[in-house]
Amino acid sequence: MAESNDSQSNVQPIQLRDPLVAGVLAWLIPGLGHFYQGRNAKGALFAICIMGTFLYGLYLGGSRDVGWGRAVYFSFRTNDWRLPWLCQIGVGFPTVPMTLLQWKLQDKPILNGFMAPPALHLPEPADNAAPHESPPPSRISLAWINRLLPHYFEMGTVYTMIAGLLNILAVYDACCGPVPAESAKKKDETRDSGKGEEKS
Amino acid sequence: MSSSFWFALPLIVSVSLVYAATRQEEVGAILAHAFRVAVWIAGFMALVFGLLYLVSMQVS
Repeated sequence: MAESNDSQSNVQPIQLRDPLVAGVLAWLIPGLGHFYQGRNAKGALFAICIMGTFLYGLYLGGSRDVGWGRAVYFSFRTNDWRLPWLCQIGVGFPTVPMTLLQWKLQDKPILNGFMAPPALHLPEPADNAAPHESPPPSRISLAWINRLLPHYFEMGTVYTMIAGLLNILAVYDACCGPVPAESAKKKDETRDSGKGEEKS
Repeated sequence: MSSSFWFALPLIVSVSLVYAATRQEEVGAILAHAFRVAVWIAGFMALVFGLLYLVSMQVS
């Protein structure tokens, strides 16, 4: 059974169980790795904060007209390299299977285009195009999504990216325990050097 | 415009709590650390906002 370093003052050694399993679980579902280790308070905190941020991002980056969850999708096509996806996969299971499935089904997305990549090679919406002229969610283009969700699409992208990046911190915590603060490190170094002098 | 600022609030709360939780183990210590981080983030954002606002005033 692995233990984290106990350099933080007055902190009991933390039982990390199997850090690799905990890390994988923490990546799959935010907080799950900590529940596996019995660190339930932190597990709940990570689950609520990270999943809350991710779900709010999904809500912001979609609507009934364009389809839900459009801010999260996989695409590495010409002129459409979805680099934010590399951050969004930090959330694990809520992102990866669905985005890859929708990528596979590209032309016929399921669930009204949920997490589906937008259609390419479509005419741009005219400047005076009305929202009701938009194509259905399964055939909507990125230009139309940006037209119908002025800045919410970008905001949804930012929220879901940050959720993914935060979960990487949580995965590290599940594998290695809390990062000791600089002040605690210095305190330890001072204590250790003091012990060395006493011995000599 | 001003309503856009509210989008920062959930992010500050979430980021500060998660960051603090990766540096502390006890709930009390996490909350105290998160508060300090949140104040730091908000202060830094306010500083950048102020600088950008001054620059925009000079430009316009």
